[in-house]
Amino acid sequence: MNALLLSAILGVVMMFSGIVLKQKSAVRNVAVAGMVLLLLVNVLEMCGTVFFKIDTKGMMSFDRFALLFNTIVFAATLIYLLLSARDMEKVGINYAEYFALIFFILCGITLTSSFKSLLILFLGIEIISIPLYILTGSDKKNLKSNEASLKYFLLGAFSTGLMLMGIALVYGARGTFYTNDITAFTEAKPSALLIAGMLLLLFSMSFKVSAAPFHFWTPDVYDGAPTVFTSFMATIVKAAVFIAFIRLFDEAFGTLQSSWQLLVAIITVATLFIGNITAIFQQSVKRMLAYSSIAQAGFMMLSLYAMNADAKEGLLLYTAAYSLATIGIFAVLIKMNDYTFDGFNGFAKHQPLLAATTTIFLLSLAGIPLTAGFISKFYMLKATLQTGQHLWLVIFAVLMAAVSVYYYFRVIQAMYFKDGDAPPMQISSFFKWMLVVLAFLIILLGTFPDMLLRWYYF
Amino acid sequence: MAALLLILIPLVTGLATFLLKEEKQIRIWVLAASLGTLVLSIFGFTMAEGNAALSFRAEWMQTLGSSFSVRLDGMGKLLCLLNAIAYPLVILTTWNSKYKKSNNFFALMLLAQAGMMGVFLATDALLFYFFWELALIPMYFLCSQWGGEKRIPVTFKFFIYTFIGSLLMLIGILYIYSKTPDHSFSIDSFYNVALSGKEQSVVFWLIFVAFAVKMPLFPFHTWQPDTYEQAPAATTMILSGVMVKMGVFGLLRWLFPVVPFASFQWGDFITLLALTGMIYASLIAIKQDDLKRLIAYSSIAHMGLMCAAAFTQNISGLQGLMIQMFNHGINIIGLWIVVELIERQFGTRKISELGGLAQKAPALAVLLVVVALANIALPLTNAFPGEFLMFNGIFSSQTKYYLWFTVLAGMGIILGAVYTLNMIRKVFYGNTNELTATAQDIRWNEKLGLGIIVLIIFGLGVYPQCMLNETTAVSESIFKKFELLLKTLPKH
Repeated sequence: MNALLLSAILGVVMMFSGIVLKQKSAVRNVAVAGMVLLLLVNVLEMCGTVFFKIDTKGMMSFDRFALLFNTIVFAATLIYLLLSARDMEKVGINYAEYFALIFFILCGITLTSSFKSLLILFLGIEIISIPLYILTGSDKKNLKSNEASLKYFLLGAFSTGLMLMGIALVYGARGTFYTNDITAFTEAKPSALLIAGMLLLLFSMSFKVSAAPFHFWTPDVYDGAPTVFTSFMATIVKAAVFIAFIRLFDEAFGTLQSSWQLLVAIITVATLFIGNITAIFQQSVKRMLAYSSIAQAGFMMLSLYAMNADAKEGLLLYTAAYSLATIGIFAVLIKMNDYTFDGFNGFAKHQPLLAATTTIFLLSLAGIPLTAGFISKFYMLKATLQTGQHLWLVIFAVLMAAVSVYYYFRVIQAMYFKDGDAPPMQISSFFKWMLVVLAFLIILLGTFPDMLLRWYYF
Repeated sequence: MAALLLILIPLVTGLATFLLKEEKQIRIWVLAASLGTLVLSIFGFTMAEGNAALSFRAEWMQTLGSSFSVRLDGMGKLLCLLNAIAYPLVILTTWNSKYKKSNNFFALMLLAQAGMMGVFLATDALLFYFFWELALIPMYFLCSQWGGEKRIPVTFKFFIYTFIGSLLMLIGILYIYSKTPDHSFSIDSFYNVALSGKEQSVVFWLIFVAFAVKMPLFPFHTWQPDTYEQAPAATTMILSGVMVKMGVFGLLRWLFPVVPFASFQWGDFITLLALTGMIYASLIAIKQDDLKRLIAYSSIAHMGLMCAAAFTQNISGLQGLMIQMFNHGINIIGLWIVVELIERQFGTRKISELGGLAQKAPALAVLLVVVALANIALPLTNAFPGEFLMFNGIFSSQTKYYLWFTVLAGMGIILGAVYTLNMIRKVFYGNTNELTATAQDIRWNEKLGLGIIVLIIFGLGVYPQCMLNETTAVSESIFKKFELLLKTLPKH
């Protein structure tokens, strides 16, 4: 609750800061300070200090799962702002508004991570989506950015329509928006209305997390949007929608698991396959990362399929691991002039530290042991194996993880083993230190995952 | 504590090497570090079984049921010793090789050593998997950065192959883990897990692929000749001398005792693959003109015999295998050293372009002949007792095809003699040509390195008992797993 209100207030504050503060660095500092405050109040709430008590009539529940996820999101956003906030200046003139939109998105994320009613879910998803449409199109002079924004908006609106339709059908079947009540009474056979509503929700959520075959918007939108915002979109926002996804299907449709599990398995397989195989053929690192985000979504879908205690823990880890590593790679990518793989040629010679940290991020995404990426993939596999059926799904996922090595390592090969002349870059030492901290966090999370997970239980 | 130090010394010194700048300083530092590890592992080798210093355990990832536990047992002692001996030898004999950014090169080498030590020591399945992968990553960077012309695609193939294998192994490990009663990754829980016949088969194949790729077993071997050819010499020595042993080691430590039934069930099939691979690789080796590829194929052939011996699943075969792992490692490093010396001096590895080296470089010739004879397991060389025991194992194994397998393995040995002796004849004897007319003999450090290898060859050839003492307990404990199984089967 703390974070929900504060993030909304901070959004408004940031809007006005653009008028009051003339210097861009001041705006940025306010945003970072706000982010620290947001993280702080959320951690305080985890420790039991609640500043605001508003009766939501049970429509929201700030349980440990939600709060821990919020902490992950806020920490990741803080790192994101520290690394890349400076690069937002290049996008356009409305510097303060970008921060405002990001805070509004965070507000939406606190809704989606803690909803107990389908209405709140819908509100959260919309509050996330609309600022994202704007951010995607924020590079106003760039046609690709405009195209991406329009595409995202049209398809996003369509999937929102599906979601509303689904919610309406579920309401028709059960007469309630509360997730607990939807599962509370079960007949021998669920009505067709409920199943139809559930399927529509499944599809619309799959769209939002860019699971195949609803992924077609992703590469274009991620590619077209300004890279700073792609970074945010592909990591934190995607993670948030996943949390909503697993919450929805755990709490509202958990009892119907037998009727959606196979479908989720199929979506998972399709997502893993399309994401990984298509990523191989990309020439631009940015586009490769877009497909990699689809591929990683496929792995996260495994948690939805398994839907047990391990899956939920694992998803929390996964969102943290994936977000941190991807934010790091994007932060480096933004500094590059050439987004192709060849643009990274000889990078290690000119920027040894950046190359080393990027390597750690890539190893984490590929799931090499001792990185956070490994331990989160490990949790996903473990959770799926615990269901005791569909061993082939695990084997398929693992084979696809091996495929993913191909395109992640292409960047490493370019950086270390190929010669090239990357133009000199101005990299502040603060930026370098942040990357080192980030890489350290990833290894720490990979070696001692208990450090994060104990917050879930204590 | 000794067990932990065996991992820590190369790890810490390796990380420190990244920071060193001066060429000479780096070499001395790395040599000192590897000698430190060697002293420690000799110390560990002499310690009695059950000594508290040989094991170490710390809590780690408790929620997952995993812990950082390592133990040095008889088989581990041999392999850790091999790992520890290999490094000073390699550093010594490649003292004059120049590497770009040599601090990174040696740092990665030492990190790989730490990873392999961990593999040989781990008694926790997850920890084992971690080290298994960690040994691979430095190798990937070593081969792709400092290798030959085609290094990038070749190393990548190697990496993808082994990575797919290890991921499948991860599923296997997870599967067993999910069936352990106490949800733990510790080796004792793994040994006591009860799996049905069908489950054992599934798990067996999931895990076996990882080991088969590493060994490499025919038909998973295609990465190996290319990688050995392209990798820098020092890395190839470690790769073929120590790292491929991880595959056989894995069979003995993590596969047979966990799924004995499936191991027995698939034994014939895999023995057939292994021996086919042995003959096939030997035939290719005979045809090779490139020294590196010849030795690479010879290594496949030897690993094929070892794999076949592993699946005999009797004490003789297992013990022979364990000491052969050590001896093959020593011998093949010796062969690589010779190849490296030849290539550095003449700039070619083509057998057809060389000849008459014995006249110009007598010391090299004598040392090579000894190593080569050890490679074909002549009596009184170190490989003889191992191969003899392995043969004995194959001949007395429970399978009804034992005679066929023995014949096949024997043919492989004969072919091995053909290509090895052929190679000696063409490279070292005959007349000199333009290229070899000006050949020089080897330097003192190279003589020292090869001399030590020759000493080990004769020492262990005459007195293999010191190794057999160490491996008895381990092979008996593995055999015990099969004994129950075998009692129910009719004797051939």
